[in-house]
Amino acid sequence: MIQASNIRDGVRAGLPLILPTFAGGIAFGVLAQPIMGSVAPVVMSLVVFSGAAQFAAVTVLAAGGGALAAIAAGMLMNARWLPMGFAMGPFLSRRPLFRAAQSQALVDASFALSSRGDGTYDRGILFGATLPQFFAWSTGTLAGVLLGDALADPSSFGLDAIFPAFFLVLLFGEARGREPLTAVLLGTGIALALMPFAPPGIPVLAASTAALIGLRGAKTRTEVTA
Amino acid sequence: MTAAWITIAVLFVGTALSKAAGPLTTGGKRPSGTALRVTRLVAPAILAALVAYETLSNDGHGLVVDARVVGLGAAALAILARAPMIVTVLLAAAATALTRALI
Repeated sequence: MIQASNIRDGVRAGLPLILPTFAGGIAFGVLAQPIMGSVAPVVMSLVVFSGAAQFAAVTVLAAGGGALAAIAAGMLMNARWLPMGFAMGPFLSRRPLFRAAQSQALVDASFALSSRGDGTYDRGILFGATLPQFFAWSTGTLAGVLLGDALADPSSFGLDAIFPAFFLVLLFGEARGREPLTAVLLGTGIALALMPFAPPGIPVLAASTAALIGLRGAKTRTEVTA
Repeated sequence: MTAAWITIAVLFVGTALSKAAGPLTTGGKRPSGTALRVTRLVAPAILAALVAYETLSNDGHGLVVDARVVGLGAAALAILARAPMIVTVLLAAAATALTRALI
């Protein structure tokens, strides 16, 4: 069952992200408008709703690349939904069609917020936290398309630091205990090692493999108790 | 123009499928103990990578140390001082903006 109170908790948890998501939407609208016109960027934010993938694809188009290269860049960013989907999948609805529909609420911050820390995920939190981000992202894109360069650069307000800070708060909550802490250090190491040369999207995807240390942890624990 | 709409259409379907792939594969049954030991580490591992990526990424091309690092440092101090989430993220933004204004 999805508890309405969980959705409310999720909305509340997602509220700090309205400002940076709106700013991100503006930046996307400003970038995309000269290339795609005024309607396409807003449609893209409504139906694709994956900030990283949209930025990656439109950056390719802006540099004169074709649709195929743009799609490839976007799909690389989308690769991270695979490990997240595998982790959270069992905690969505029991009916496959509903599960597929509910999975569309997956975004980075909502996924992290919905983690209960014991391997289970709260889908009410996922839906609730995604709602404000969805509205902020699409209305931000519209504002960027309409107002364009007339708007101040969000980076001069430091808004681009809000997402990493938000993730850091969640990280402090998640990194309790030896195994989660090891996963954090390993995930950071993998991302930093790959960032200098791997294409965008790969560092975050590869870092998710740090979770596999949970398999080894199972064995160690039996040894300790034995 | 056409390239844009083709990109949007394919990414619409591609994004939806990437998000649905995991949940359609796992089914709705509660995972075993071993699987839970792995899934509980997916969020911390990905969060750690997101912090590193969003603080140090040079628009997807390598690493760069800039004002965002100061913002993240401010956030870390705020977290240690047990500041609420909204205070922490606003402090991070303010510290980053201030650094950009000064240098």
